[in-house]
Amino acid sequence: MNVITTESLTKRFGSFTAVDRVSFEVRRGEIFGFLGANGAGKTTAMRVLCGLSKPTSGKVIVAGHDVAAHPERVKRRVGYMSQRFSLYEELKVWENIRLYAGVYGMRPAEIARKCDALLRELHFEEGRDKLVRSLPTGWKQKLAFSVAIFHEPEIVFLDEPTGGVDPVARRQFWELIYRTADRGVTVFVTTHYMDEAEYCDRVSIMVDGRIAALDSPRNLKERFSAGSMDEVFRKLARPT
Amino acid sequence: MGAIEVERVVKRHGTVEALRGVSLSVERGELFGVIGPDGAGKTTLFRLLATLTTADSGRALVEGLDAAREYRRIRPRVGYMPGRFSLYPDLTVEENLRLFATVFHATVEENYALVKDIYEPLHPFRRRRAAALSGGMKQKLALCCTLIHEPSVLLLDEPTTGVDPVSREDLWDILCRLKQRGITIMVSTPYMDEAKLCDRVALMQEGRFLDVATPREIVARHGRTTWAARSDKMSRLLVDLRANPAVECCFAFGDAHHATPRAGASIARLRSDMEVAGHREVDIREIEPGIEDCFIRVAGHS
Repeated sequence: MNVITTESLTKRFGSFTAVDRVSFEVRRGEIFGFLGANGAGKTTAMRVLCGLSKPTSGKVIVAGHDVAAHPERVKRRVGYMSQRFSLYEELKVWENIRLYAGVYGMRPAEIARKCDALLRELHFEEGRDKLVRSLPTGWKQKLAFSVAIFHEPEIVFLDEPTGGVDPVARRQFWELIYRTADRGVTVFVTTHYMDEAEYCDRVSIMVDGRIAALDSPRNLKERFSAGSMDEVFRKLARPT
Repeated sequence: MGAIEVERVVKRHGTVEALRGVSLSVERGELFGVIGPDGAGKTTLFRLLATLTTADSGRALVEGLDAAREYRRIRPRVGYMPGRFSLYPDLTVEENLRLFATVFHATVEENYALVKDIYEPLHPFRRRRAAALSGGMKQKLALCCTLIHEPSVLLLDEPTTGVDPVSREDLWDILCRLKQRGITIMVSTPYMDEAKLCDRVALMQEGRFLDVATPREIVARHGRTTWAARSDKMSRLLVDLRANPAVECCFAFGDAHHATPRAGASIARLRSDMEVAGHREVDIREIEPGIEDCFIRVAGHS
């Protein structure tokens, strides 16, 4: 059962083609790694999949809806954690949760109940009234992720969630990803840490707007006779 | 006298002690790495040396000049690249570079040789606004802007965050070439494979240096026996290893989990435990620990 299907997805900005006739499927409940060099078109493609940007051409079905025709229906069913900005630094932890949940149309009583449960699950009850600005990066990222899945989406899109996060904190973050995937949520994630590519069920590697390879980490390593995903990435992304 | 001297520096932000009496000496021409968890005080240390903040006590010297009193003489000698993208997003690539040169009374033409290798791949995009660059190109442009006034000390706060593996390799090739020109470089990074490339590394935590040594010495001092484990069910294996009495701690490491065994534990016994727990294709072997293993041991146990 596929939760994302794209056929010849293309996105152009003027004369520049950022995403070039990309076709692939993502299965329900899998952790899908979306890799590529800087500027390969990952963020652009992800914004189309989330309903934030219209494809120039091609067909894109996400959570059962056509993103070009019904972006609002798609947005309600997905969560998105952007690379640069995801929480309001000048708001408290609980205020951020309440704001986002409200935007997704959740009722105040439900928000209050789930907010407490979330902070308990994260062992972060004492952080409830702290300003987001005062939190270390690792905590901000965990919180941003929890906010992105607070309205119980079918798919969550994570754009470089562990960028700049230290080795211990990014492992804790991945354990959060695993727990979410175990609950049946599909996780679509980009990263520049190649050890994290190994934690994905399947991985695609984008080069210059196209998908150059897509398979499980094990099969990719075998196909490219590589010892690690790092080596697979270099073989595909390094122009020779 | 080293290029950077830090003597018993204390720096508080309100009630938080960001730096708790740190001392450090970095040689001229050294490539010096700073690693540590979020909130360890790395950025405060960089800002102090860039003369953007002052110490509450102790002192910091850059090329023999006092960071608090002689900041005007330090600034032309230092190139500081903050962790957050700090170029002007509405200016083009070329305009940013010119602006940073002009601020320091330099010109792009007289110092072009310094940035040539980094700037050339950006040249086709010179009329593009900085905001529209990819992550890797932004960081390369930021490094150009940091270098264009010919500083002798570079302070780079996580220059490779958000940069893909191929561009990271390019940036580190550039750093090694700058080092050969005699430039002193202090760099922080969340990538432990980069820490390995430094002459020496400071392992920082909660405002203190836990150790300052060569990467090899760090591993020799902080590394413990490390076993790499694999099976057909990797996410369950992590849980099962952590629950096993023979394992002190265990973390995911890409295609294997790295476990620190307790004294007297045996690989054969652990393997059979995992097979009994339902794992197939169990493979456990001893490996050499790396800097990332040491980091996790030290930082994860606080």
